[in-house]
Amino acid sequence: MYTEKVMDHFKNPRNMGEIPDADGVGTVGNPVCGDLMTIYIKVKDNRLEDIKFKTFGCGSAIATSSMITELAKGKTLEEAMKITRGDVADSLGGLPPVKMHCSNLAADALHAAIENYYKRRGEEVKK
Amino acid sequence: MSAAKRIYMDHSSGKPVDDRAVEAMLLYMQKSYGNPSSLHGMGQEARKALDEARTKIAELINAERKETIVFTSGATESNNLAIKGVAYRNKDKGTRILASRIEHMSVINPCRYLTTKGFEAVFLPVDGYGFLDLGALEEKLAENTVLVSVAYANGEIGTTQPIGEISKIVHSKKAYLHVDAAAACGQIPIDVRAEGIDLLTISSNDTYGPKGTGALYIKDGTRLEPLMHGGGQEKGLRSGTENIPAIVGFGKAAELAKKEMSTRAERLTRLRDKLIKGLLEAVPYSYLNGHPTRRLPDNVSVRYSFIEGESMLLSLEMEGVLASSGSACTAKTLEPSHVLLAIGLKHEEAHGSLMFTLGRQNTEEEVNHVIAVMPGIVKRLRAMSPLTPKKLID
Repeated sequence: MYTEKVMDHFKNPRNMGEIPDADGVGTVGNPVCGDLMTIYIKVKDNRLEDIKFKTFGCGSAIATSSMITELAKGKTLEEAMKITRGDVADSLGGLPPVKMHCSNLAADALHAAIENYYKRRGEEVKK
Repeated sequence: MSAAKRIYMDHSSGKPVDDRAVEAMLLYMQKSYGNPSSLHGMGQEARKALDEARTKIAELINAERKETIVFTSGATESNNLAIKGVAYRNKDKGTRILASRIEHMSVINPCRYLTTKGFEAVFLPVDGYGFLDLGALEEKLAENTVLVSVAYANGEIGTTQPIGEISKIVHSKKAYLHVDAAAACGQIPIDVRAEGIDLLTISSNDTYGPKGTGALYIKDGTRLEPLMHGGGQEKGLRSGTENIPAIVGFGKAAELAKKEMSTRAERLTRLRDKLIKGLLEAVPYSYLNGHPTRRLPDNVSVRYSFIEGESMLLSLEMEGVLASSGSACTAKTLEPSHVLLAIGLKHEEAHGSLMFTLGRQNTEEEVNHVIAVMPGIVKRLRAMSPLTPKKLID
């Protein structure tokens, strides 16, 4: 059902955890739906210096969370805002169709974290 | 135990066929392949095999005579035939059908379908263990009710219903009682006459027979219409050439289930209770779904707070354990199991449910393995979950 890449990220999630003094935090999903993701970011010189995640959810929810941290780490905020759900799924070698909508929320969580960063600084979101 | 060896604990989804049933079937696939409707010798051999299998199924449920058993393609067809067949045939008598909210989808969906054909379907509540609310049954059981459908035992949470008591209520309004015994049949004793059952669904594979066949017990005098029209097999209630090899295997499995029921049930109940105790004791915020004792011998349904079922299943499979879950994420729909919601669980609790259904080849060693690996799986996933309280993470 899942690609090897998905299972690899599920078994060995990258950047799992919290950043206590995060510059931005984004949470999407809802435990009612079975998926809840929180992304924490640390920003330095307009780049994502550090990024971590915490996720309640199925295998693909955990794998996409892990994947997005790899895709986004080191990127500028503008670049990170351009990462799409499709990019995440493609990087994992695809997701089962039923999971594309319900569990592929990681890009949204990342964008929410960046928006939270701008909001904390009183700045407009740059896309 | 190495992860390379698979520990199968998903018997409610599929069971192996008993060797003795396989052996009985071979003759009718390779050497005696006649059609029971044929007059010649080979046809009559098939007819005899069909009658013998029918007798064995009838004996398993203490039916009055073998002619009350109609073979179908499985439990889904039996449920459809019982519900739609009775509804269509008795429309002059009434148009209301009652079923519990925790019925299998092959009961719920025929009921829903009938609402597009001029019938009314009412789904009855259950309590936190999954027992039917008998007060609600009495209240909704109107004069125009033709059929009430309640499973003997729930396949997901294992709770067994007081069928005799339900039957008395149903018959007080002259409605028919259909009992889906797909999960229960062969595991626990069922007596259609003593318990007052009008229609009973039986599944072959659930009794360690082959897939692709099942039966519906139809009490003498119960009026129903066929869904399948053709050559008039099965007293005209289910046309189509009988699947003799599968039916022979089903008959053999039923015979063995009757003979070995008490030893099988005793052994499984012991493994079940050991697994439940071991799982719940090892991990905080873990709970049993369903009733602790009034449940099927094979069923262990538990839930863990703060984590989700599919990720537990994937982790279990990494440890060689094959189970199933009540979470949306393993199903075709996005909703968690309707059964778990109906017993009052919140969505996130239902998502965190796991189901182990034990079978005859499961051993105590396997149960011990599951008990041993589960705490580590829960701990790892809880460490990842934003819902987990800080005090639970080291």
